[in-house]
Amino acid sequence: MSVTLQGFRRTAQRPDSSKRTAIEETRTDKIFLAGVKIMLWLALIIVAVPLIYIVANSFSSPSAVSAGRVLFWPIEPSIRAYKEAFSDPLIMKGYLNSFIYAIGGTLISVTLTIAIAYPLSRRTFFGRNVIMSVLIFTMLFSGGLIPTYLVVQDLGMLNTRWAMVIPSAIGVWQVIIARTFFRSTIPDELYEAATIDGASDLRFLWSIVLPLSKPVIAVIALMYAIFQWNSYFDALIYLKDPGLYPLQIVLRNVLILNTLTGSTTTTNLAQQLEQQQLANVLKYALIVISSLPVLIIYPFVARHFTKGVMVGAVKG
Amino acid sequence: MSATFEVKPAPAPAAPRAGETAARKPPRTSRRTQARRSLRRHWQLYLLVVVPLAYFVIFKYIPIANAVIAFKDYSPVKGPWGSDWVGFKNFELFFQNPVFWTLVKNTFLLSVYTVLASFPIPIILAIALNEIRNGRFKKTVQLVTYAPYFISTVVVVSMTILVLSPRLGFVNDAIGLFGVPSIDFLGNPNYFRHIYVWSDVWQTTGYSAVIYLAALSGIDPALHESARIDGASRLQRIRHVDLPGIMPTAVIILVLGVGNIMSIGFEKAFLLQNPLNTAQSEIIATYVYKTGLLNADFSMATAIGLFNSVINLFLLLGVNFVAKRITGNGLWS
Repeated sequence: MSVTLQGFRRTAQRPDSSKRTAIEETRTDKIFLAGVKIMLWLALIIVAVPLIYIVANSFSSPSAVSAGRVLFWPIEPSIRAYKEAFSDPLIMKGYLNSFIYAIGGTLISVTLTIAIAYPLSRRTFFGRNVIMSVLIFTMLFSGGLIPTYLVVQDLGMLNTRWAMVIPSAIGVWQVIIARTFFRSTIPDELYEAATIDGASDLRFLWSIVLPLSKPVIAVIALMYAIFQWNSYFDALIYLKDPGLYPLQIVLRNVLILNTLTGSTTTTNLAQQLEQQQLANVLKYALIVISSLPVLIIYPFVARHFTKGVMVGAVKG
Repeated sequence: MSATFEVKPAPAPAAPRAGETAARKPPRTSRRTQARRSLRRHWQLYLLVVVPLAYFVIFKYIPIANAVIAFKDYSPVKGPWGSDWVGFKNFELFFQNPVFWTLVKNTFLLSVYTVLASFPIPIILAIALNEIRNGRFKKTVQLVTYAPYFISTVVVVSMTILVLSPRLGFVNDAIGLFGVPSIDFLGNPNYFRHIYVWSDVWQTTGYSAVIYLAALSGIDPALHESARIDGASRLQRIRHVDLPGIMPTAVIILVLGVGNIMSIGFEKAFLLQNPLNTAQSEIIATYVYKTGLLNADFSMATAIGLFNSVINLFLLLGVNFVAKRITGNGLWS
């Protein structure tokens, strides 16, 4: 019975009303609902099965994985792969670099986004329509890969950490989200009151707007952080030095290009086989390790994330 | 709930009418006076905007100017503006290149397929979720289907490769149960598009459904109630209440999808690519990368990229125009 019928039920239960209770679900509706539930179960299974498969494999013994014996439960449970991953210098370096890029990049991105989104939200800010159009146009048309590369090269950012955080610092989408939030939650009266009390624009932004905007700041910070953590394209084109590689590039080398990291070549056949098996299970462990930070925080932020996205996309 | 992208800022507050506020403000101010006054009063805001605007100029507009090398024979010594003009030579060379039609075809088919598959499925998921009142189950499905969106492309591609692997992957185990010999999915160009599109659907359906769920929750419950009283079945209510309710949102998402058809992402195609499947996996974006950064032919790569950007811009504007004509909903409303 649907929630929307609450009102009906109440009237129906009044003693003087007829014996009929709320509208009964018809048989076709019941069948239809059962079909819907089955479909949702299927969706759940389809999404979850590959994830479970990866986790199960990552906790299994190298020989079981290499024999393809693991399905959805670890076989001969072992954390060998994780030990190996955490002792690999390249992987750990990548992990550290990714943290640096995610935190540094997010700080820069959020600061710059607010710096432009707040003035754009103010109705008395002359020229905001022009500036907004300047921003929007970059969403529709871009110079392309090579012209952007040339700019980064000319600025001397190639093969430096800056190349990871500056060229993609501001997202127009995030600016729109923040601007919409400021506009819809900070009333003009608040600004007027603050001005009468002698607050300047910057003071008002710092002491009134920012404390009131924590939810949207959290949302855009998380968007930037997750984007930065997951991105590999900028690193692929701008970085040459393996010491600067973020985790995603290390992952690509190990998982997709099949380059073993930190392994010593040996002529002993048994050892080679063992290394090969370890390399297999290492892949599964790496997937888990690299996705873990994001997947741990995501259930807590998913709701806010959605809300933030909707603020930018939908006004109702 | 009307879904309109906030692309165009709301019109400025109406100019004060002469009679009402004449005492406080002069009836008409020229734009220049307005600008000067705003600058004097809000100089701090202009100060704030300087750095972000510089970012957009440096990293978005200078590259657009740099794209002039598409019409030049770029030499690193002379720089983008000093290099010699060659007119449309790079474009002609590209159009004559036998690879041209393959690239256009691969790009086009891959994105049309992606749009066709990833447009209806989130709508179905959202409507199905909306039919369920059981809070826990609904939340679980939502949370789990949403999760893959947060996983990186590198990881999704790696998972795809592992799961489809001919020797170890469980997909081949599963089809093996039906007596089908194991298939090297990634080694066969004919499977590339299916792998690309369905792994994409796997990753993004939950996320896209959220947008429709929000639109669905904005539908006036009174509409559902009156439909029920009139004896509408669940299916009929979906058809006549839910679908019209999410139409504006759906149109915008479709417009964006079709408008971006030629700009399909580099990342995933590049990662899924291997020497065996390039016949179908080589798209414009991956070709630009190889021409520009691996072969260092900057002018040619820029020309191809520019060709792509221009087509894309016209596609987006064209589709938006058509959508606006047909449904009254567009990106700029």
